[in-house]
Amino acid sequence: MAYLELDRVAKQFGAQTVVDDFSLAVGRGEFISFLGPSGCGKTTTLQMIAGFLDPTRGAIRLEDKDLTAIHPAKRGLGIVFQSYALFPHMTAAENVAFGLEMRNVPRNERAERVRAALAMVGLAGYEDRHPRRMSGGQQQRVALARALVIKPSVLLLDEPLSNLDAKLREEMQIELRQIQRTIGTTTILVTHDQNEAMSLSDRIVVMSQGKIEQIGTPQETYEKPASAFVSQFLGKTNDFAGTIDRTATPAQLVAGSWSAPAPAGLSGPVTVSIRPERIGFGNAGLNAKIVTRIFQGNHWLFQCESECGLAIVIRQNDGKPQPAEGEAVRLTWRPQDMSVRPRAGA
Amino acid sequence: MSMAAEERSARAPWALTAPALMLFVGVLVIPLAMTVMLSFHDWGQYKGIEPVFILKNWREIATDPYYAEMFWRTFRIAILTTLLTALLGAPEAYILNRMSGRWKSFFLLVILGPLLISVVARTLGWALLFGGNNGLVNKLLMTLGVIRSPIPFMFTETGMVVALAHVMMPFMVLSVWAALQRLDPQIENAAMSLGAGPVTIIRRIIMPQIMPGVLSGAIIVFSLSASAFATPAIIGGRRLKVAATLAYDEFLNTLNWPLGAAVATLLLVALVLIVVGSNALIERRYAEVFR
Ligand SMILES: Nc1ncnc2c1ncn2[C@@H]1O[C@H](COP(=O)(O)OP(=O)(O)OP(=O)(O)O)[C@@H](O)[C@H]1O
Ligand SMILES: [Mg+2]
Repeated sequence: MAYLELDRVAKQFGAQTVVDDFSLAVGRGEFISFLGPSGCGKTTTLQMIAGFLDPTRGAIRLEDKDLTAIHPAKRGLGIVFQSYALFPHMTAAENVAFGLEMRNVPRNERAERVRAALAMVGLAGYEDRHPRRMSGGQQQRVALARALVIKPSVLLLDEPLSNLDAKLREEMQIELRQIQRTIGTTTILVTHDQNEAMSLSDRIVVMSQGKIEQIGTPQETYEKPASAFVSQFLGKTNDFAGTIDRTATPAQLVAGSWSAPAPAGLSGPVTVSIRPERIGFGNAGLNAKIVTRIFQGNHWLFQCESECGLAIVIRQNDGKPQPAEGEAVRLTWRPQDMSVRPRAGA
Repeated sequence: MSMAAEERSARAPWALTAPALMLFVGVLVIPLAMTVMLSFHDWGQYKGIEPVFILKNWREIATDPYYAEMFWRTFRIAILTTLLTALLGAPEAYILNRMSGRWKSFFLLVILGPLLISVVARTLGWALLFGGNNGLVNKLLMTLGVIRSPIPFMFTETGMVVALAHVMMPFMVLSVWAALQRLDPQIENAAMSLGAGPVTIIRRIIMPQIMPGVLSGAIIVFSLSASAFATPAIIGGRRLKVAATLAYDEFLNTLNWPLGAAVATLLLVALVLIVVGSNALIERRYAEVFR
């Protein structure tokens, strides 16, 4: 049974529809990410769950109760804002204690829970610091502790890591995941960073222009993208123009000088998508020439000029010799590694 | 770096600030010093100003209760004006800040617009509304039978406080406004999500954060009100004097310049002490939070 349910939720600002037909069922303890480019309506959706915005249409339910009828102050959700929105005139401990005070938790228990929450995010000993005197990462932890200490039914995170540098962000991602696993709070994370979404979530909701493009596990969205948008947005991908020839027997899928038996269903012009790491160099296949070769430590990145346009190939650095720049190669891939869809505009 | 270059670079800041420095000395420091000196000179009805060094004026101010009362009145009016502007101005700025785009700019203009109008004109407006039997509001209320005699406004401290608060309001609103701009736009939502109601949000979250703005606005309003001249002159006239109007009268009516200079100097020193003192207090109080 769904714990948190969004049922055909829509939000309009004036004539502009910012979120449309948004339906999602979140299971208890699940970690969901909203992933999409800037301005696609992620924050708006999150704010509707939080209650800072009212949906124009649709329903939001928590454990089958209508959430939109409950005042934001009474929803009992934990929220971490992109800017953290810490109270600058209060110490870290006072910030974390605020939600417990509002719930009239007795003083002793409050102190104990604040201490435990700060310890959980690795800030034991920082109780009396003011936010302005803490680093971005520390502030972020205070914000997380403040949201978690009230034992929220759902934790909402609006790009909480986007202000941190790459290394700290990675650390915080691991920590966030561990904390979430330990206490099992149902969590929704808003992000436009696909790596973050993939490494943290149980399921990803890929959004574009206010609409859901795909809901699925990180693996599903990466390997079986439901649309061109998803395959482009999640990682790098190669799109080749191909044709399915049903007159041949057996039916053939042809892209340049690469060909394979056609999958069932489609015919005519199609787009063939293959992830760069699934393409190999072989003796037969798409004709291409290496334009640039970039060494990236554990792998090589090749940019090739192929018969079907620019192609990106990633090869594991396994110690074997790799083709040099300017060399002519043949690109091949296994039919099960590609996804084929009708070509738009053809 | 060679010695000569070092010397030159040490002189450069002085050379560059010299024009401004000279202007500062010429129009501020010298007249100020002369005013202070003047306060130690003697004066007689027939002999005029005598450039001697005596403490007569200062003794007079210290011993005559008239001056104590007048200074006490000056600061009482300034404090009440400050309180009134803070009480009205802070909520005004907060409401203004919550308005949406077009209304916000419109009302900001309404609040700041009066700054473009002369203080004299604005104060005279009050006189036209409440001045004795002929004041518009008084007349109307009397005609309607709401009041029997005109509301006393002219020549009262209440009138002076009200008119001064009106004149000073933009400074308070602007100062609080600036503090509000520094608030995180999500801070109220953050407090709300933790279970705080609107009153708690204002009392526990907003107020403490805009307090530095209110206090710096208060310092501005207080010092401007305590040294204000035009409004007290129009509302209080020569019947209800404050420090600034008294100094003016000594200079231009009694022609006792030294006594006027002593009053002006005392007002200045008192103001500087109060402003510097409270500023230091505020900075210490909020240093931890607002670096
Ligand atoms: N109060 C508002 N009034 C009018 N339009 C708004 C309002 N808030 C957001 N929008 C519009 O709604 C769209 C979605 O905004 P939203 O903040 O949800 O995007 P987002 O996906 O969170 O983007 P980002 O990654 O940049 O934070 C944007 O085009 C934005 O201009
Ligand atoms: Mg956003």
